[in-house]
Amino acid sequence: MNAMEHLIVVPIALPLATAALVTLVDERRLWLKGAISLASIAAVIGVAIVLMATAGSPRAYALGGWPAPFGIVLVADRLSIAMVALAAVLALAATVFSLARWHRASPRFHALVQFLLMGLDGAFLTGDLFNLFVFFELLLAASYGLALYGSGTARVQASLHYIVINLVASLFFLVGVSLIYGVTGTLNMADLAHRIPAVPAGDRFLVEAGAAVMSLAFLVKAGMWPLGFWLPPAYAAASAPAAALLCILSKVGFYAVLRLWLLLFGGETYGAFLAAAGMATLAFAIVGVLASQSLGRIASYSLLASSGMLLAALGVGGAAAVGAALYYLAASTLGIAALFLLTELVQRARQPGADVIALTAEAFGMDAAEEGEDEPGIAIPAVMAVLGLSFMGCALLVAGLPPFPGFVGKFALLAAVLRPQGTGPAAWTLLALVMLSGLASLVALARAGMRIFWATEWRTLPRVRVIEIAPVGMLLTLLLVLTVAAGPAMTYFQRAAHELAARSGYIEAVLGRP
Amino acid sequence: MELIVSLGIGVLAGSGVWLLLRPRTFQVIIGLSLLSYAVNLFIFFMGWVRGGRAPIVEAGTAPDFARFADPLPQALVLTAIVISFATTALLLVVVLAARGLTGTDHVDGRESGE
Repeated sequence: MNAMEHLIVVPIALPLATAALVTLVDERRLWLKGAISLASIAAVIGVAIVLMATAGSPRAYALGGWPAPFGIVLVADRLSIAMVALAAVLALAATVFSLARWHRASPRFHALVQFLLMGLDGAFLTGDLFNLFVFFELLLAASYGLALYGSGTARVQASLHYIVINLVASLFFLVGVSLIYGVTGTLNMADLAHRIPAVPAGDRFLVEAGAAVMSLAFLVKAGMWPLGFWLPPAYAAASAPAAALLCILSKVGFYAVLRLWLLLFGGETYGAFLAAAGMATLAFAIVGVLASQSLGRIASYSLLASSGMLLAALGVGGAAAVGAALYYLAASTLGIAALFLLTELVQRARQPGADVIALTAEAFGMDAAEEGEDEPGIAIPAVMAVLGLSFMGCALLVAGLPPFPGFVGKFALLAAVLRPQGTGPAAWTLLALVMLSGLASLVALARAGMRIFWATEWRTLPRVRVIEIAPVGMLLTLLLVLTVAAGPAMTYFQRAAHELAARSGYIEAVLGRP
Repeated sequence: MELIVSLGIGVLAGSGVWLLLRPRTFQVIIGLSLLSYAVNLFIFFMGWVRGGRAPIVEAGTAPDFARFADPLPQALVLTAIVISFATTALLLVVVLAARGLTGTDHVDGRESGE
């Protein structure tokens, strides 16, 4: 085993070690904590880039050297590496943003981000069903801390619902896993892909019931329609850097559904269910976006809309739509994270108490000291122009208009959905819903933007520091790059989709036989 | 025996779900605990073949499941117990914080009539 192969475990081991390290650092040396944390995230991004650049057939890494069906394996294929990179980029943006002031609210911020990153990377890389559960619990535990971060009544209330619902979902996950284990006798995902077709017909329904019960846990995280009511309050109440990071959490649910559906069941059955559920989510999100007053809620419903669109596209288009769906996933996650970060900066511009419905920072009991005007650091000039332009960028992206990749992603998704079965009513319904959701986002964001940026009375111009606007700028730049380099990016995601659909590469990498 | 085990798990899960749907945070916590006991038992009995067998293969005998219990669910259930214990403790802290901040133990932070 050469050094290259050990790279696969770095995205899990490094954040774990870093989290332990920053916990030990003295609370007064917050900048040191931040620097260590940033270095670790940068290293994870570096590893992800190296793995992406050298991506060939899927690579398996046997933890502790135990051979595959008995030990736990990590598997790095194109999809999981891309998700690792996406999570790390969001962690980078959130950590840089927090350096301005959020990380002062508690000395544990950086440790929580690192633990979340570790859980996310583990969930993306693992090739074992029970290990997936453990990493889900790890990332959820960190996300509870982040959702509560900054405290205050609204956050504690929303997080209480969030935690209870996700604990119940985790119990469903366990029931599903043990049902599948009880029938097939294995937890290794590649081994399961082998054994499930061989399950006798009488026991088949037990496996499918197990998978269905387990999917509940994933779909709760993805915010699928009847299971996603907890999401908008929790995300809208969360502090800006935490909300930006939690964006990826809903995509973990989608990732797990995608991986298991294609690997274990070949993506053949239950497409209609996913399509219907996704479309219901999308419809719910459209209504929610239009009904929302505060930017945080608009962003949360946009997140639900992107989840719904992904699930529906998967259900309607099947394996053919996966490549486009992954591109859209990356674009929408980065864009909505940027919107969450921007929300707080923009809210700062509004006069306190001018908008009762809007969830301002004051409502969450941020200390007066935290609000201090004479914070160190360089404030940016022409603050409203910069904020306005960034806001416009986010709005265009979420609504799916050019030049941002939301447009390319939606276009590719619809093209993939319409091409094979263009006459099907499901495809046309999805098309109509996607168009409507774009329109609804545009209406909602334009309305919010007008109220914020065209308001006549500015008591004080908000003070926005370079370090706060930089992550937003970074995310938007990355999105522009994703548009310009749409060709190579799409090729990468199409290859990832082929790998997923073919399955044999994954199974061979893990078990050493096709 | 199967019937008793299934009934036990069913009663635990049923009580857990009922309590979970109650409006008080304490009931929700007890409900979650009962539900996690039910799930833990469920996992445990997935690997349980018949009573009195340890999950150890004796030297010199053929390793077939008639002679020993499947050790993996026992390992899984340990992990599940630890995790659900830890997350329940975490939830307890949040519940106490919510009680302190809102002055009520209703899950919505206000009495339903208000």
